[in-house]
Amino acid sequence: MKQILTVANKEFHDGLRNRWLVSITLIFALLSIGLTYFGAAASGAVGVTSLSTTVASLASLAVFLIPLIALLLSYDSFVGEQESGTLLLLLTYPLSKSQLLLGKFIGQGGIIALATLLGFGASAVLLYFQLGDADIFSAFGLFIISAILLGLSFTAISYLISLSVSEKSKAAGFALITWFLFALAFDLALLALLVGVEEGVTQQGLTQLMMLNPTDIFRLVNLAGLESSDVNGALAVAINASLSQAQLISALVAWVVLPLTLAIYIFKKKKL
Amino acid sequence: MNTPLVSLVEAGKTYGQLDALSAMTMSLNEGEVLGLFGHNGAGKTTMMKLILGVISPSSGKVDVMGMAPDSKEAWHCRSKVGYLPENVSFYEQLTGLEVLTFFAKLKGFTKKQAIDLLEQVGITYAMKRQVKTYSKGMRQRLGLAQAFIGEPKLLLLDEPTVGLDPIATRDFYKTVDQLKSNGSSVILCSHVLPGVEQHIDRAMILSSGKLLAMGTLSELRQQAALPVVIKPSGLNGAVAQDSKLNAFLTDDCQNTLMVPEHEKLSVLKLLLSLNGLDDIHVESANLEQVYQHFLLKHELSEHEQVKGGQS
Repeated sequence: MKQILTVANKEFHDGLRNRWLVSITLIFALLSIGLTYFGAAASGAVGVTSLSTTVASLASLAVFLIPLIALLLSYDSFVGEQESGTLLLLLTYPLSKSQLLLGKFIGQGGIIALATLLGFGASAVLLYFQLGDADIFSAFGLFIISAILLGLSFTAISYLISLSVSEKSKAAGFALITWFLFALAFDLALLALLVGVEEGVTQQGLTQLMMLNPTDIFRLVNLAGLESSDVNGALAVAINASLSQAQLISALVAWVVLPLTLAIYIFKKKKL
Repeated sequence: MNTPLVSLVEAGKTYGQLDALSAMTMSLNEGEVLGLFGHNGAGKTTMMKLILGVISPSSGKVDVMGMAPDSKEAWHCRSKVGYLPENVSFYEQLTGLEVLTFFAKLKGFTKKQAIDLLEQVGITYAMKRQVKTYSKGMRQRLGLAQAFIGEPKLLLLDEPTVGLDPIATRDFYKTVDQLKSNGSSVILCSHVLPGVEQHIDRAMILSSGKLLAMGTLSELRQQAALPVVIKPSGLNGAVAQDSKLNAFLTDDCQNTLMVPEHEKLSVLKLLLSLNGLDDIHVESANLEQVYQHFLLKHELSEHEQVKGGQS
């Protein structure tokens, strides 16, 4: 455990030193405060809009940003150390591969989690002062928790990438492709399936398909409370057959645990 | 009592078709310094990785401090082993002190010891600076400090003096001598380094995964049977006229005699008896020449094998 914390501490410091924490927090805070204030500009009003629309617009932005940031933060964490020679060195230390991986995960996950909490938490506090409604914290709480889980999930996925390739540039390429597939292409494919194939999938089947993509689970968690008229695309159909929030959150947790377990397995098999 | 600290018995490692190391047998005693020489790809790093337990042998047996280094039981021994990899670049964003503290903590030591080590390698003045501002020599010193954490019983150093200036190199060898007198064993791995000779007890020469020669320097010199180079001056052609000395003269150089080791003294006596001799320079084969001799011999024999296979 001490070894894991030592590694986590070092990774966290690395993230601080690289200005990752500051920049992610700033991006999140600016976006969320901006959306909170100007989200209703399209309908002709400036000022705090309703809570559910705010969370919905935040979620539809976060669903693109968080995976991208998590992948950028960690795509090189193993292949980079392999290239600089420190990975080999670390493995000669009294430190097991799973300790190293979990330590990195806690450190880098900590950066993502803290940035999400501070960035989006800022707008929650702001909203509270504007509206004085204590519901804000429960709505934002769920949003922030699911956003953190989404970030952790993509951190684990980027470890898979980082451990499977031998060059940093390849890892970057794969990270980008992964982002594209999960954040954009998957939904388009689902929509094509819905429109193109008549009676192809049931509502139930569609929701199950969505469990294959952590970004869709995140969307479901945060948009479930909305009128379906506010939501476009394949999601609108799925929302009607929505699962309970607890089920969705556990599906997200599974999307953190499974890639992480697989990453440990790959790391143990990896030749140096 | 006298069990070796490290022993390899017929240990080999193959990567697919490639024989990175074939059936290597060697041992290293406590307090011994072993030089490991060979080209790139000769198997030096593979052998180090086997001893470090980062990879497992494909055949044979590796034993470090009485157990297999890749096993679970050897876990606690790892903090007694120091390793300096070739071309390591540490975390650029962190300061020298942060990097060393990180490594020290992983081995169960504290920041205080990290500072002491930085002082020992002479980069205390830069310890609060980020590693990306360090010069090549400073990075190498940081790497050495990392290898010295916890006064290891066994040190494996891959190209330790690359990028070090002469003073730092001298300091480095001083540290090696000091560790040796404390009972630590050291494996120094390199292309041939000038100046390494007086600091190693034994040398191993590797080429394409095979052991070409192993022994103390004088043993290797004997095996190689390389001539002693004698350069007399002020004789004005007297050497060429002497029938006995004549035989040792080289074709290309007028005043240089190549004398087999066992004839050295008799030739020297003869030279000293000649009139007009005002200086004499005697040079035994150095490590580099011994190394080249063995490599050349190996290449020749491989060449013949290929030829023999074809006919």
